[in-house]
Amino acid sequence: MTRWYWAGGFALAFLSFISIFVGVIDLSFGDLWRDPEALRLIGISRFPRTIAAVIAGGTLAVAGCVMQMLVRNRFVEPMTAGTGQGAALGILVVTILTPQASIFLKMSLASVTALVTSLGFLAIVRRLPPTQPLLVPLIGLVYGGLIGAAVVFVAYQADLLQFISVWLNGEFSGVLRGRYELLWLAAAGAALTYFAADQFAIVGMGQAVTTSLGLNYKQVVLVGLIAISLISALTVVTVGIIPFVGLVVPNIISRLFGDNLRRTLPLVAMMGASLTLGSDIAGRLIRFPFEVPVGTVLGVVGAAIFLWLLYRTPRYA
Amino acid sequence: MISIRNLSHQIGGAPILTDISLDLPRGKISALIGPNGAGKSTLLSLIARLEKLQGGSVIVGNLTVGSCSNRELAKHLSILPQMPDQVPRLCVRDLVSFGRYPYHQGRPTADDEAAVEHALAVFGLTGLAKRSVDELSGGQRQRAQIAMTFAQDTEYMLLDEPLNNLDIAGARSLMALLRDLADNHGKTIVIVLHDINYASRYADWLVAMHDGQIAVEGAPAQTVTSDLLRDVFQTDADIQHIDGLPIVMV
Ligand SMILES: Nc1ncnc2c1ncn2[C@@H]1O[C@H](COP(=O)(O)OP(=O)(O)OP(=O)(O)O)[C@@H](O)[C@H]1O
Ligand SMILES: [Mg+2]
Repeated sequence: MTRWYWAGGFALAFLSFISIFVGVIDLSFGDLWRDPEALRLIGISRFPRTIAAVIAGGTLAVAGCVMQMLVRNRFVEPMTAGTGQGAALGILVVTILTPQASIFLKMSLASVTALVTSLGFLAIVRRLPPTQPLLVPLIGLVYGGLIGAAVVFVAYQADLLQFISVWLNGEFSGVLRGRYELLWLAAAGAALTYFAADQFAIVGMGQAVTTSLGLNYKQVVLVGLIAISLISALTVVTVGIIPFVGLVVPNIISRLFGDNLRRTLPLVAMMGASLTLGSDIAGRLIRFPFEVPVGTVLGVVGAAIFLWLLYRTPRYA
Repeated sequence: MISIRNLSHQIGGAPILTDISLDLPRGKISALIGPNGAGKSTLLSLIARLEKLQGGSVIVGNLTVGSCSNRELAKHLSILPQMPDQVPRLCVRDLVSFGRYPYHQGRPTADDEAAVEHALAVFGLTGLAKRSVDELSGGQRQRAQIAMTFAQDTEYMLLDEPLNNLDIAGARSLMALLRDLADNHGKTIVIVLHDINYASRYADWLVAMHDGQIAVEGAPAQTVTSDLLRDVFQTDADIQHIDGLPIVMV
């Protein structure tokens, strides 16, 4: 297991290094010593962008993993099942009511609406027959789609369509120093979930097991939903909705290493970060000097990896 | 002792249990028998606070179910549910380790680890410790689940049809182990069984349920009769006595 941590850490460091040197403005390793502008570029744009992709990817993968445990279904993730859309709705409402609102206020309200829509999703899922696991992601897609449509409609009425496209379609090209720092809060939130890793793993075994091991089922679920909502809201506020990471990464890790979150959550975070950062780098290179949005790249890459994994024989550590 | 008083339970308006009062003796094995749908699993879930009590009271030792702390109860009472809702993707050792959670809350001590290794050894799972539970055979999986309950090491153990999927060697050694736990370690065990012969051979006390009520209770030698089979199970089977034990000729 340790060697997988090392491999993950190494891959992430390598991608971060590449990410610093890839972009429209040419920058080589040697420039760091010769050209003071190069350091400025890194400080203002390349480093923030890299960090933003790492944090957003890592935390969304963790949020997806926790959500899959809470809902006990492997095909859900916050960004498609209403949490992300709920966050966008919150930001939109704040923007309409108090256009001058600080980003912090936007983030707070977005977390609250994200929590409300997640609770709504859970309430619906509880009524579904456990024998039909595929209903859950389907309902999630419809539910998330409905809230997303509401967001678009309200934005259309308020003439804010351009605004919301930033939140609904995640992108890292706009990330600059001073505009992404809230993501550190998401990183802190994801780190905190690690302390409850055992509890989420236990909740994943069902309400009966959870209760008989002396845990308060509802309380653990609520704590998990709060973490998921906070992470989603912070991501949507700063970089927008990034789909797929939260779905694909936890599935891959679970298939390879099982569901003992205390051991696997660090891997989930590292792989989510690497996948997102790698997709962002690829998006910068594919149609250079133009950019392909990270969500598009992730969709293609994620689907391909997922298919490959489905047909591969699983191995557990 | 587990004392149940005037316990009633309904699901969606349909009565599942009606006015059950029952004392299950301390340090003994009590077997719950009865036809499918009699309410055995419901009774066990209520004792183990997996379902909310609607009417009546349950006292386990000196803890009142419903008002005592959940975590405190988890150190005194464990339950093996009839069908774990979903097979977890955990290796056998990790699954069994979660049985220790009420004690260590995520930071296992050397004692906890020793208890896990002991549970693995007792159920012949040491060789399978690294295998994922969802890749085991039905009986191996059942043994892993029981090992988890065993690792919880509680004074009261509720086991809902633990013999499911076990081969005859596994079933006999489990019953012998339960006997040892009751006789030499003071554990109080409540076990749901469908094979009445296992009940009369290994249990101290027999409780037969029918339609959400207690039909008969008593020592197996007095309780297992052809009347019981006819009235409670609606079946006619011969009963022979071997060494004073009633054996149902299936
Ligand atoms: N969730 C539920 N919704 C509706 N009815 C239920 C539910 N759970 C149990 N029942 C009903 O309650 C009654 C008792 O069920 P229970 O599971 O306690 O029976 P049991 O004695 O354990 O049977 P078995 O030997 O088949 O395990 C049955 O008639 C069953 O149909
Ligand atoms: Mg039952």
